[in-house]
Amino acid sequence: MDWVNAIIQGILLGGLYALFAAGLSLIFGVMRLVNIAHGDFIVLAAFLGLSITTGLGLPPLATLVIVVPVMAGLGYVLQRGILNQTLGDDLLPPLLVTFGLSVIIQNGLLEVFSADPQKMNAGSLEIASLSVGGGLNIGVLPLLMFGVSVAVIAGLQWIFYHSALGRAFRAVSDKQDIAQLMGLNKSHIFGLAMALSLAVVGIAGVFLGIRTSFDPSIGPGRLIFGFEAVIIGGLGNLWGTLIGGIILGVSQNIGAQINPGWQLLAGHIAFLIVLAVKPRGLFPRID
Amino acid sequence: MPDALLSTRNLEANYGDFQALFGISIDVFPSEVISIIGANGAGKSTLMRSITGLLNNKPEMVIWKGQNVGALRADQIAHLGIGMVPEGRQLFPSLSVEENLVIGGQSGRKGAWELEKVFSLFPILKERRNVPSTALSGGQQQMVAIGRALMSNPDILLFDEISLGLAPIIIKSIYEALPDIIGDGMSAIIVEQDIAKALSVSSRVYCIQEGRISLEGRPDELNREQISAAYFGV
Repeated sequence: MDWVNAIIQGILLGGLYALFAAGLSLIFGVMRLVNIAHGDFIVLAAFLGLSITTGLGLPPLATLVIVVPVMAGLGYVLQRGILNQTLGDDLLPPLLVTFGLSVIIQNGLLEVFSADPQKMNAGSLEIASLSVGGGLNIGVLPLLMFGVSVAVIAGLQWIFYHSALGRAFRAVSDKQDIAQLMGLNKSHIFGLAMALSLAVVGIAGVFLGIRTSFDPSIGPGRLIFGFEAVIIGGLGNLWGTLIGGIILGVSQNIGAQINPGWQLLAGHIAFLIVLAVKPRGLFPRID
Repeated sequence: MPDALLSTRNLEANYGDFQALFGISIDVFPSEVISIIGANGAGKSTLMRSITGLLNNKPEMVIWKGQNVGALRADQIAHLGIGMVPEGRQLFPSLSVEENLVIGGQSGRKGAWELEKVFSLFPILKERRNVPSTALSGGQQQMVAIGRALMSNPDILLFDEISLGLAPIIIKSIYEALPDIIGDGMSAIIVEQDIAKALSVSSRVYCIQEGRISLEGRPDELNREQISAAYFGV
């Protein structure tokens, strides 16, 4: 039964990893930008949520109504102000600049919040659970987060393939020059893509902050989980990313079940196996 | 003579250290069709890229309805009403046929051209509206490229290498459709290597050779020797 439990908890954890990954996947798909600071933005969003709960007394989940728009606005400004200038034929400048941002965010958070681990307390919701029989219990909060993750993935998928914004994303991704000829301002479109990416990061950050303790240094680790989920699932496929997140989450929990020290190792091993067997991921879409 | 709709004045263009255009000045008047001919590498496509804002210019080098627009970005130029059918069609492979057309109307310029009118001009596209644009034949792709440019209801349409890489029968049908396409007082610039085709539809012609205008005039004023001298530089 412990094993069944480990798998179920892993699936729920995988939803969170998919959220880490979705924003990463989105901006790579639209503008071939690899955001090294992605994990640090997740942690930034968690601290933002924490500040709002302590400052305004809002319950953690309610901070989403502030965190998400603030992160989206930050994404737009960041893209128009800095990142657009780094984009071009060379992939290196955006890598270096986002790496720099990663260092700046980590040290800024360290300066303001110190290195102490923090956590947001969701009160009675944290210990609420549903009994599913056989002595198994599923936490309401993880289940809720998983549901939101699936809804976010579905929403992004809909935006990408059925909305005017998604059409513009795909057109600019295909051919930037020709998209400009159609009257699309690529700087603006890229800004919107980053805004959407960081809006998802906002949700991911608040969920992370409720689920586990966090400190300014954990961003790069979340970035790795995001990368692994994207690559396991296959580039450019959001549902694949969800499955990638679930595979990662389940592997980690099975590893932890065998030996508590093996949690992260088991996730990385699962990733390496997928990379060795199917280098393009399980469900690739982008060449 | 009315005022020109679109002009270039001493337009120069460079790719790094390489200068591709040396002081090109052309005019297109309202409802006029002109053609630009010249050999490979003469600078025809560079001229199109400069006019549409894909290459940077000085503001006074491109004049649209009396305004200096040379320094505007390509998307701003598109909103002015300058439509482009790019060389090699350049459809968006991730978009369906219909999405390619719809995105052409993205600039939101109002006018007679909308999806149904494009479909009535090219009925085959209506049948294939939901297939990926990459699944079309070359001729059908050219129809989408033309329809996509029309969807922005431009005042002038730029055709870059309209017949390049297409079968002769397709080229013939596209030239037959041309009067319907630019019938409503639209101006056009046709960039062509097929001189006879270009001359047959245009009221004036410019020949470009090595980045300079080597000849201009009305088709009936020019003889074959003048044109081949201007075209090949012999």
